[in-house]
Amino acid sequence: MIGRAWKEIPRGAVIPEPGNAHHYQTGDWRSFRPIWLKDRCIQCLRCWIMCPDSAIITEDGKVVGIDYSHCKGCGICANECPAKVDAIKMIKEDEADDFDKIASSIPDSGSVGEVNRTEPKTGLRADEGHRRSGANAGAVGREA
Amino acid sequence: MGKRVALTGNEAAALAMKQINPDVVAAYPITPQTDIVQYFSSFVHDGKVKTEFVTVESEHSAMSATIGASAAGARAMTATSSQGLALMWEMLYIASSYRLPIVMPVVNRALSGPINIHCDHSDTMGARDSGWIQLYSESAQEAYDNLIQAVRIAEHPDVRLPVMVCFDGFITSHGLENLEILEDSEVSEFIGEFEPEYSLLDPEHPVTFGPLALQNYYFEFKRQQADAMTKVAAVVRRVGMEFEKVSGRHYELFEEYRLGDAEMAMVVANSTAGTAKEVVDELRAQGKKVGLLKIRMFRPFPKEEIAAALSSKQIVAVLDRADTYSTMGGPIYNEVRSALYDEKLRPLTMSYIYGLGGRDVGLDDIRKVFSDMEASRTAGKVSEPINYLGVHE
Amino acid sequence: MSQMLEIRWHARGGQGAKTAAILLAEAAAKAGKYIQGFPEYGPERMGAPMLAFNRISDEAIRVHCHVTNPRVVVILDPTLAGKVDVAEGVPDGGIILVNTSESPARMRSLLKLEGRPLQIYTVDASKIALETLGRDIPNTPMMGALMRVTKIMDYDYFLNLMKGELEHKFKSRPEVVEGNIKAISRAYEEVRGE
Repeated sequence: MIGRAWKEIPRGAVIPEPGNAHHYQTGDWRSFRPIWLKDRCIQCLRCWIMCPDSAIITEDGKVVGIDYSHCKGCGICANECPAKVDAIKMIKEDEADDFDKIASSIPDSGSVGEVNRTEPKTGLRADEGHRRSGANAGAVGREA
Repeated sequence: MGKRVALTGNEAAALAMKQINPDVVAAYPITPQTDIVQYFSSFVHDGKVKTEFVTVESEHSAMSATIGASAAGARAMTATSSQGLALMWEMLYIASSYRLPIVMPVVNRALSGPINIHCDHSDTMGARDSGWIQLYSESAQEAYDNLIQAVRIAEHPDVRLPVMVCFDGFITSHGLENLEILEDSEVSEFIGEFEPEYSLLDPEHPVTFGPLALQNYYFEFKRQQADAMTKVAAVVRRVGMEFEKVSGRHYELFEEYRLGDAEMAMVVANSTAGTAKEVVDELRAQGKKVGLLKIRMFRPFPKEEIAAALSSKQIVAVLDRADTYSTMGGPIYNEVRSALYDEKLRPLTMSYIYGLGGRDVGLDDIRKVFSDMEASRTAGKVSEPINYLGVHE
Repeated sequence: MSQMLEIRWHARGGQGAKTAAILLAEAAAKAGKYIQGFPEYGPERMGAPMLAFNRISDEAIRVHCHVTNPRVVVILDPTLAGKVDVAEGVPDGGIILVNTSESPARMRSLLKLEGRPLQIYTVDASKIALETLGRDIPNTPMMGALMRVTKIMDYDYFLNLMKGELEHKFKSRPEVVEGNIKAISRAYEEVRGE
């Protein structure tokens, strides 16, 4: 691991750039992936309230998808989704790409694949990617 | 020039703080520093300063609150001694690693145990590797002058490190002495406005202080601190020159007293330097080539300059008012000896631990050190490198 | 060094020796002298024997050690005689000034200083303090006596300085100022030598 040189980083470990947690891509910590089933969703927003990583994407007050760049796959959203609604399913990450199979196995799943493939709208820069340094997000902002 | 007054060291330190007029002071009283906090709190009460005075429940909290205030962009100060400094310990490292230009008078007092309230340097010498700049002061005058200069040194853009201004408990802190003081306006003009590099209270530029930095970046921040220390000597010199223009008093990294052509040199810090100068004069009158090097800036240690000043001597005795318990002598001795290692000509060296727990060191004690030096010089070797001066044998 | 006057004060904790040493130093500083004034801090118990020191000089003072050879010793409490070696280190020709109702000759014998070339002076500062201040605080009258026997500075100048200091310190209590000034003047007049 090669980081930035000591002369190039802010003095005193100050983080001069606010809100930089976005730059730390925690999505690749995930071993289970939440699948949001749009047609089942009643827009109660419990998942949005409870998600510890702010990974439920909303637009105009409505859930539109999940930010897989930051979702750690904790499953809180699926647990909080009302039992009668059951609009979020947790599936194994290594099976997650086979959307057609998943969709066909879930009744009334609607356009599951389409929505879950939506790019996360988090203001991430294109160059951030999913790079993982194993380091903390805090110390030096986006580089960590 | 300045106004001549008679003040104790603590009064002088409190006056310097009043003239510095910091935004925040958070402090806890401890003997023999108590007067500083007491006098300063009365300045606050009487509206003579604009300072927010934070009363706290311990020195750990005092340093924590000072750190918080400094990170918020305030010019922040505190003061302590001995056990108080020890209780600040973990916060000292935080202040220096956050690069906060805090200035703190430390009234040197022995660390317990056995419990003791009197002067030695075990408190600040113990904190020598905490990343703080350390300035030592012979007298109330120097304590006052160093405090004012410390603000400029700490806040200099090349430095941004906290500074301890050390002076002897009771001997300097409670002794009434003459000194010259500056006008309030001269001090405020000299130190200028504090311009924080970052401020927690600036909503336009929000910042985070105190993040986690693990294997990936902790080392880099420590490397920055080490680098900043290499810039300090030049700043201390420059600030000293500017201070001389205001005060008429000259300050260097250390003071050389009749050292130039001396063959035997003593190295000592704080109030004992004055006593030693008296003996140097006395021995010079007898035709002996003796001199003194008084430590002012101990952190960072001005190794090239000290090596240059001492390498031509035949023998050097270093007096330490603290022990390292390393079996290798006192802390200043070890630095001086190490600084001399790369010199082609190396003097003989001797370590003297003296004055622990306030044990008085008189003219006779200093005379003894010079006579020991003379004996070792004649013998061409030092048979007892580590000595305990004035201990009951 | 030879021009420097060194004074050692002997007292018990609470009798004001530290205050006296500080007041004296402040007054001498105002008169343009270089000074030091410092007590020997011990456990600071009321009634325990204690010391305070002064150095007064026309040149800057650099030494920061205890005063070991004082030319002047001031004893605020005569009951210390015999318990503490008050004449320790005092050079020949030195002055011992004692707060006591005894005569200097009697004091010399009580202090076992017969045959030593020291000047003994006495003044009943406690009695003066009781009569002028209503309390046994002998430190200010002892300063009056000290001025008489040492001539550290012009007496009238000193009295004026003290008046200023006291007026500053006791703004709302003019009777304290008046009492102290009276005490100093009386001790100045009443101090006796052999």
